Amino acid sequence: MATFALTRRALIAGAALVIAIPRLRAPRAAPAATPAAATPAPSLISLQINGHERRLAVEPRTTLLDALREQLDLTGTKKGCDRGACGACTVHVDGRRVNACLTLAMRVQGRAITTIEGLAQGDDLHPVQAAFIRHDAFQCGYCTPGQIMSAAAFLAEGHDADPATIREWMSGNICRCGAYPHIVDAVRDVAISRAANGAG
Amino acid sequence: MGIIGAPIARVDGRAKVTGRARYAAEAAVPGAVHAVLVQSTIAAGVVLAVETAAAEGMPGVLAILTPQNAPRLADVRPQAQLVPNPTLQDATVAYNGQTIAVVVAETLQQAEAAAAHVRARYRADEAITEMGDDLADAYVPKNFRNGMRKPDSARGDADAAFNAAPVQISATYTTPVEHHNPMEPHATIARWDGDRLTVWTATQYVSGARATLARLLGIDAGNVRVICPFTGGGFGCKGTTWPPAVLAAMAARSVNRPVKLVLDRRQMYTSNGFRPRTLQKLRLGATPDGQIVSLRHDGFTQMSLGDFGEFAEPVGLASEMLYAVPNAAVTHRLVAVNQGLPTYMRAPGEASGSFALESAIDEMAAALNMDPLDLRLRNYAESDPHENRPFSSKALRECYRAGAEAFGWAQRPLAPRCLRDGDVLVGWGMATALYPINRSAAQATLRMGADGRVFVRSGTQEIGGGTYTTMAQVTAEALGVPVGQVTAQLGDSAWPHAPVSGGSQTSASVLNAVVAAADALRARLAALAGLDARQVQLAAGTLVGPDGTRLRIDVLLARHGLDTIEATAESVPGDEKQRFSLHSFGAHFVEVQVDPAIGRIRIARHVGAFDTGRVLNARTARSQAIGGIIYGYGMALLEKTEVDAETGRYVNANLSDYLVPVNADVPDIVTIFVEKPDRNANPLGVKGLGELPTVGVAAAVANAVYHATGRRVRDLPIRVEDVLA
Repeated sequence: MATFALTRRALIAGAALVIAIPRLRAPRAAPAATPAAATPAPSLISLQINGHERRLAVEPRTTLLDALREQLDLTGTKKGCDRGACGACTVHVDGRRVNACLTLAMRVQGRAITTIEGLAQGDDLHPVQAAFIRHDAFQCGYCTPGQIMSAAAFLAEGHDADPATIREWMSGNICRCGAYPHIVDAVRDVAISRAANGAG
Repeated sequence: MGIIGAPIARVDGRAKVTGRARYAAEAAVPGAVHAVLVQSTIAAGVVLAVETAAAEGMPGVLAILTPQNAPRLADVRPQAQLVPNPTLQDATVAYNGQTIAVVVAETLQQAEAAAAHVRARYRADEAITEMGDDLADAYVPKNFRNGMRKPDSARGDADAAFNAAPVQISATYTTPVEHHNPMEPHATIARWDGDRLTVWTATQYVSGARATLARLLGIDAGNVRVICPFTGGGFGCKGTTWPPAVLAAMAARSVNRPVKLVLDRRQMYTSNGFRPRTLQKLRLGATPDGQIVSLRHDGFTQMSLGDFGEFAEPVGLASEMLYAVPNAAVTHRLVAVNQGLPTYMRAPGEASGSFALESAIDEMAAALNMDPLDLRLRNYAESDPHENRPFSSKALRECYRAGAEAFGWAQRPLAPRCLRDGDVLVGWGMATALYPINRSAAQATLRMGADGRVFVRSGTQEIGGGTYTTMAQVTAEALGVPVGQVTAQLGDSAWPHAPVSGGSQTSASVLNAVVAAADALRARLAALAGLDARQVQLAAGTLVGPDGTRLRIDVLLARHGLDTIEATAESVPGDEKQRFSLHSFGAHFVEVQVDPAIGRIRIARHVGAFDTGRVLNARTARSQAIGGIIYGYGMALLEKTEVDAETGRYVNANLSDYLVPVNADVPDIVTIFVEKPDRNANPLGVKGLGELPTVGVAAAVANAVYHATGRRVRDLPIRVEDVLA
């Protein structure tokens, strides 16, 4: 993830540099700023999302988040900050939680991507989704897909599920409505029932 | 407990946990192109030219709106609730981050890239970038509370009583600029179909957005439809229709395509208001036995030098009426700087004002060597001393009692620095919460089908409070049907009018309209059956007559050849404001742990007890209460928008540097509802809950920090350096 972030920022910074050199007060006849150099043509890629192959044309700078939301109509993954600070865009890539806003779409070809739309099995909600409803672990709902994707990964990662550990590991997802205590209750509830069922 | 009050799971819960709930930017609008804002890099002056040539030559760019070429709006006079500018109508710059251009391109990436290559040439003027301690230019608000309240008030002689008082407290409290930061950034999709405009926008007020857009664009409101089925948090910054929504409509008309305009997080700091900085001077005078004889609260709050309208943070209104003080004076003044227009932010006025008032009360308790709760009870107002009216209801004493008992307040040592946990200092603090009960005219429509399904509609909003759910609950109870048979619909200006989802008024306004619509529907059914509406009940799909006979509604409808029956009703406030002082109340009890070696402050325990009238849904009510309290933690310990004094630019306009509470910041929170339906306030007896729990939290935390450390922090947020050993 750190690598993706670095790549994207470097790319953007590089693009700005290319443009900044010509004086911007140059007469209009010389849009020789050759901005096209900074915007390579889109290329066709294939992504494995929620068990389905999706083909789309993206520019190298297109993030996974924007590809999902703007090109694939998978709007359950939310854009809160677009800078990796809020967690609203959390998805799973090969089972790991990842900020889709810091992930370039081109870099996750061939990887198994799961979004909130792919978490339930048909009409059967994932246990974390059901627990969020039961515990009222959200209000406006905008951060909720990211919270649930983080919580599902947290549980799959096999951490202790005591409240202090849950709070710490769920602190990468901001909820401005302040549902945090109920999020802890929901995650803990699923962990306890899994332990009781021997599912670890 | 009936259906109303029951802890029913949110009816929109499944949509929210599966990602199917669509917010404004997520409406599927074919052919939509993308708009990105360009904002000023100076704090004051004039845009001489916006250099767009480089950007215009970039791939996908369709148009760049600037002050030179933007369409002229019909009416840009600022009015109450209407922020018409900045919308590229002139070249004046009044703050750093003011929108000076809009780039429209085929894709979001293209628009963002092009926006980064738009440059402006300015004539920069000298700017006043910050509201400092120099208050020489402070002025009286011109339109305080939209003219409904006076900026200054006085009873008795506060100054003479202060001078004569044996025990005096005089202190100045400051609170910073804070930003709402809902997780959903502001977003608008605008589509023109000829003269008709459809707008999907992130708003707390679909009808207000329609009115504003129609007025500014010079079209009939009937030709504007505003849609917003889910709002991803607002906290006040989506209550007013801010310029980006207008710019999206302007851009869509310019390129003749639907346009999507989503603010980035940085622009969320410069485009739709904030809680203004405040400086508040408090003076309290008391007798040695704790009778407060004088209270003076002089509030100075930040305003904008731009011609955007007026917003005055009403920091002193709570001070007018919370305590039975015979001599009181309150003033409100504005200090204009080169920043944007401030706006309502969760408990505007009460949140920042109560930090000053409830801190000062704590300081007075310390000066009197008296328990802070005892001092509050000693000065308890049995009726409103400012309005000279009885309260519609007031269960604050019960909140104090229940909260103190749950917290164990009676064990609190009076002196600070008495409680420890190893090297960690422990402190207990408390404060009072209060908020006005608001209510506005609202309409709702109910439609019942022969199959027993019911639709309830109102042009209100779901911003997280659970309005879909409470609408369904109230409908179900009023019509005697299960909640599962009710479908609630909202967030569309085409539906019956409802007020802004602000001022904690949605339940008092919209749900009373639902009750009225249910009465109207019952009357229509009674008329069909030839019965007196006052003598019939609805239960389990039947009309129950005065003698207990039951008539199936499907049979009744079929007899009249009807598939469905519908009724619309409006509910309007009565004379309750003339008869009563209308407020909700509460009390916070907080334990903090302060590690003086590293300056870490942790909130360890919290008990909040609230008199919020009738509770409509015990589950969602608790969520609102804890959410409001946590919003207060941000105010107490984390949140401050930092201004670079030289440029007037916000330096922490992102969620990495502007800190908001995260899960690890939050302890177990106990919430108590002292539930007393307030039928003097409105028929349902609700008092409102969205804002009340935030009020008083910052003071309770500051008072607890004092109790732990002996240090009184009067400037928010309380920081590491304030408590370091």
